[in-house]
Amino acid sequence: MATAEVERRRGQLAALSIAAVVIIVGVPLWWKTTETYRAWLPVSQIRELAKLQLQLSADVEVVFARGTVTPEQQKKVPLTKTQEEDHAVDEGTTLKYRYETKYRTATIMEEDALNKPAAAEADLALHMLSESPCGSLVIYVIPESSSLLHEDVKVYVGQRRTALLRVVAQMRTAKTFEQLLDRLQPHIIQVLRMMSFSRADITAALSDRVRFHPGSKESVADSMRAFKSSPGYEITFSLLNPDPKSHRLHWDIEGAAQTYIQPLLMKMSPVANFSIDSQTLHYAMLGVNPRYDSSRSAYTLNADSLAHVINPVEARLGSNAASSNPVLNFLLYVPDSHHSPLYIQDHHKQEVYNVDSSYGPEAEFPVDININMAKVMGIFLAQLRLLLGVQSSPPPPGFLVAPCGSTGLADWELDRLMWSRSVENIATATTTITSLAQLLDQIGNIVINDNIAEQVSNAVTSLQLAVAELDAGNLGFALQFSKEAILASEKAFFDPSLLHLLYFPDDQKFAIYIPLFLPMCVPIMLSLLKIASEARQKRREKQAKKD
Amino acid sequence: MKLLTLLSLFVTYLVTDCINIENTAGHFFSSGHTNNWAVLVCTSRFWFNYRHVANSLSVYRSVKRLGIPDSHIVLMLADDMACNHRNPKPATVFSHKNMELNVYGDDVEVDYRGYEVTVENFLRVLTGRLPPSTPRSKRLLSDDRSNILIYLTGHGGNGFLKFQDSEEISNVELADAFEQMWQKRRYNELLFIIDTCQGASMYERFYSPNIMALASSQVGEDSLS
Repeated sequence: MATAEVERRRGQLAALSIAAVVIIVGVPLWWKTTETYRAWLPVSQIRELAKLQLQLSADVEVVFARGTVTPEQQKKVPLTKTQEEDHAVDEGTTLKYRYETKYRTATIMEEDALNKPAAAEADLALHMLSESPCGSLVIYVIPESSSLLHEDVKVYVGQRRTALLRVVAQMRTAKTFEQLLDRLQPHIIQVLRMMSFSRADITAALSDRVRFHPGSKESVADSMRAFKSSPGYEITFSLLNPDPKSHRLHWDIEGAAQTYIQPLLMKMSPVANFSIDSQTLHYAMLGVNPRYDSSRSAYTLNADSLAHVINPVEARLGSNAASSNPVLNFLLYVPDSHHSPLYIQDHHKQEVYNVDSSYGPEAEFPVDININMAKVMGIFLAQLRLLLGVQSSPPPPGFLVAPCGSTGLADWELDRLMWSRSVENIATATTTITSLAQLLDQIGNIVINDNIAEQVSNAVTSLQLAVAELDAGNLGFALQFSKEAILASEKAFFDPSLLHLLYFPDDQKFAIYIPLFLPMCVPIMLSLLKIASEARQKRREKQAKKD
Repeated sequence: MKLLTLLSLFVTYLVTDCINIENTAGHFFSSGHTNNWAVLVCTSRFWFNYRHVANSLSVYRSVKRLGIPDSHIVLMLADDMACNHRNPKPATVFSHKNMELNVYGDDVEVDYRGYEVTVENFLRVLTGRLPPSTPRSKRLLSDDRSNILIYLTGHGGNGFLKFQDSEEISNVELADAFEQMWQKRRYNELLFIIDTCQGASMYERFYSPNIMALASSQVGEDSLS
């Protein structure tokens, strides 16, 4: 009948239109609304940075004093040479060390300075003449007959960025300038390795990416002792008084910190920020019992048991709850009258340290004790240097290193620290950014907000700038950019919004979608199939009618 | 004859496998780490889960006695045992029916207590993605030379661990969290101990290096912990 036909036509149209709406409008809408917002990240730049290729370049000036070069050799001077050394740490990391060396002869004023009686005075006079910028070095080559250096001393390393290198016999026999340079080269390299960057330092700085396998046990201890690079450190000095009834301890910590510690920290301010606290803890007991040694009539403590002292005290040391900077705690323990004097022995049964209190048995309690801050601060300062990463490896034979000045840190030591910190910061920031990009790539469900994308872009820009500055040899700027890169990359990586809580196993996904979509899709599919089979049948009938 | 060769091959394989495990285990314990951390989590609350709290506190005491200071321990407990109305000895938690050792003590430092022990907070502690206002004691400030002990106890099942009766963490999430820690080099070596029913299922999906995992029960076994 006609109405049945119309009904059937209407049914087919309805099924087709519903299917059309579902596919054309519904699916894109569902796709769009269940999409997570992911801001754009500079992934290609990040991948480029991941292959860490750094070039460290230092400017070196080699100055020949009178008597070290012959007149015909002198004609070749001034001369500039560039030396490059490749160091492939592993497949992902390659380094290039570049030394831009300028050779020249000494000026009159420098000659005057080099004629001073002692090496330290010469060093000071040379420093007055010109100040070398951060990251550069000047090596003065002095004749064999010079009286500045002792007989067996070949090189004198000054407090600032200068070194004095004495010409030895084999260098004097060089005919041409090139020969002289060749003979000088190994000695200059030795000086550079000590005062500037060296393979071992830089590889240790890359310990994040490359597991460093140092040769000796001492270098293992060294590499583990220094703190990782951090934008700030907190230093706390604690005075432990186990028996306040009998001792009244006085220590002028403010003055001592101002005199001894503050200059070092000011000098290291490009590397990190520091904050100093001090406190006194009363009734702070040692966790271990010292034994009485009648042969010395003193109490002895084994150096190995010092590690057990920390735990009972640690709870009371306290730290700044607001910041996550590493804390350096320096403890000064004054033993009580029942346990003094106290010696600490290492495993060779030798006295390592002597904690002494200077009063006799007939003293009246409570006794006032003034602590000798100079001695205490000397020890703390030495330990602070080691903890902050200033290397203390012994110099090669024939080298004489000047004692560091009033700040406690020589300029070239600071430079060396800055080189390794820059490389460490760049490596760490690169690893952080790369792993963040990889993580966000892998887990498609995490929302990437705009502020994260901004931090990542900042980090990438700072990294590129830092690498460029290292390339050019501007150490100060390189360190600054590397610190900015670290801050931005850590902020991006540890953003609280990046927590992936959206893990849906497949069976749960099906369990959610099937009750929603299946009841709707089944009638549509069936009617579409019916339409298709009817259309096919009609076509077959038409074919049969034709034939 | 064939059987003999087959048997000898099998035995050789077993022996070399054991030696390899020995070597790997030996190498694991001679690492170059400079500090230790511990994350101890008790995922249950209510009085009938007293034993889980006692477990966590026992591990806490052992870890503290052996030298890890409080500043390096993140302890997550519901902490509703010591002052519970049903506790016959208030302010104490014992780990043995002889009641010899009070593992609660008076210097316990619980970092996440009560309803703060959630899957989200646990994952945030592990990955370090905490809001900037979080104090230092609630953070895991480890670096690439830290060895971390992670101890989980509570009710678990095949592939999941129940957190405080309302949510669960799956083994895939845990494996992903450890991988994120490895990417950022937040650990040198990880010792993962899980003390729940079917605990072995929780470490099935680990794919990051330098992790050693121990469980108190295999898949399909109940752990009466």
